[in-house]
Amino acid sequence: MSTDIVIVGAAETDEIGRLPDRSVFELHLEGACNALADAGLTKDDVDGVATVGTPGPVQVAHALGITPAWLDGTSVGGTSFLFHVRHALAAIRAGLCHTVLITHGESGRSRVGAPPRAFGRDSLPGQFELPYGTMGPATTFTVTALRYMKETGLTHEQLASVAVAQRRWSSRNPRAAMRDLVTVEDVLASRLVAYPFHLLECCLVTDGGGALVVTSRERAEALGTRKPPVYVLGSGESAESPIISQMEDFTTSRSFRLSSQAAFADAKITHADVDHLMIYDAFAHVPIYGLEDMGFVGRGEAGAFIEEGHTSPGGRLPMNTNGGGLSYTHTGMYGMFAMQESIRQLRGEAAAQVPDVEVGVVLGNGGMFMSAATLVLGNRRS
Amino acid sequence: MPTDQPAAVPKAIPKPTPETRPFWDGAAAGELRVQRCLACLRHYFYPRPVCPHCGTSDVEWVTVSGRATLYSYVISHRPAPGFAEDGPYAIAVVELEEGVRMMTNIVGIEITPENLELDMPLRVVFEPRGDVHVPLFAPAAAPATGGER
Ligand SMILES: [Zn+2]
Repeated sequence: MSTDIVIVGAAETDEIGRLPDRSVFELHLEGACNALADAGLTKDDVDGVATVGTPGPVQVAHALGITPAWLDGTSVGGTSFLFHVRHALAAIRAGLCHTVLITHGESGRSRVGAPPRAFGRDSLPGQFELPYGTMGPATTFTVTALRYMKETGLTHEQLASVAVAQRRWSSRNPRAAMRDLVTVEDVLASRLVAYPFHLLECCLVTDGGGALVVTSRERAEALGTRKPPVYVLGSGESAESPIISQMEDFTTSRSFRLSSQAAFADAKITHADVDHLMIYDAFAHVPIYGLEDMGFVGRGEAGAFIEEGHTSPGGRLPMNTNGGGLSYTHTGMYGMFAMQESIRQLRGEAAAQVPDVEVGVVLGNGGMFMSAATLVLGNRRS
Repeated sequence: MPTDQPAAVPKAIPKPTPETRPFWDGAAAGELRVQRCLACLRHYFYPRPVCPHCGTSDVEWVTVSGRATLYSYVISHRPAPGFAEDGPYAIAVVELEEGVRMMTNIVGIEITPENLELDMPLRVVFEPRGDVHVPLFAPAAAPATGGER
């Protein structure tokens, strides 16, 4: 039997939202310190570091005084941190290291100490997207939606209902950026950003960070960590296209399907086992794709499923219970926050706590349907 | 454009790389060129030296018809640099009759959801921009003038 891998530390930065006095690097370190404190560990217990390209694992390790035996700088968009958990799991099982710190920090709104966003004119986006007046995710990630609507019959009202459902959750979460309940009419009356997407169907742009500490169950017991462990029961990863126009089918994400099939098989679970779900929601259509591509509902059924309240408080599949990228926070790489909420729910310490959560699933998206990773987490061994 | 206005910000101009140069050379010549695999005979886009379908590097450049249909789009209400005078503009993905898709803008028609019906027939036109020509698509029935909005 393979080694049990557990998350023993999980924390966000003290504040999230608008933090113009904090740099990207500071946000990484604050999240790291908070996660280590949450675990009851110190930097001397850590021998592996993973984070995205900037500032990168070397800088994070050096700043904290960690001498790593293992590093991972996988940088495949906002779901990178789910990949890091999966890679840490493999590294720990292989004996390459014992305890891994995974950090995220991003000054997505204030742009303090943040790398430039520009693509080169000779890059793939520079040649085949930017000449057409794309303005980041709001005009690229969104371009699949009308095709999906035509082929499945998804209505504008159902698309808007994704934002409505998530506001029902964030209204119960004091840390969420947007907490006022909204109606479908409110969403459709908000200004058009990129037809068919209105402002309230687009994610926030915020500053913040967070970190995780991952180790083996045996190590956690030997070190005496503070909180009950969250088990990584299964994982999967995949990727599709670096530019959205080359996705094979605009109505379904191949990488959502493949990463989720792999994670469910790895964890030996079925959909009925899932008590709580996080789907990376950069825009309102993404949870719709996620629900279908993961197999929670049939083709073309996700819009009605959300509209009918099944993912809302009291529904049978509580989803994006922090309010998601649409209402909680979205620093630009939201994957860390999706995992943090899943862990809070499994520990019973979420702001909008769902009763009896034993198995949670997190689907992370990177880029514009570019990459995906899926984790199955549980508060006990499978 | 009035001369007392500050110089307009230009639209983004792509910079060819060695593997994409034949595509941009074709556009400058008023031709839409994509690659085709000589082993599996399938067309593909974006330019690259290996067929993504079967993995062979036995590939060629071909000039395609430029006939396409509208696969999907958004209408951007926030102008990118150079697009301020266009009003809301369509960032579209079209499907060529040879089966490949590419991002583009729709021109030659007022940009409204009512005017832009998915699967409507389109044809390529080329807009000179800096030292390259950018392929755009117009309704197939529209008069043959490139770059109009
Ligand atoms: Zn081939």
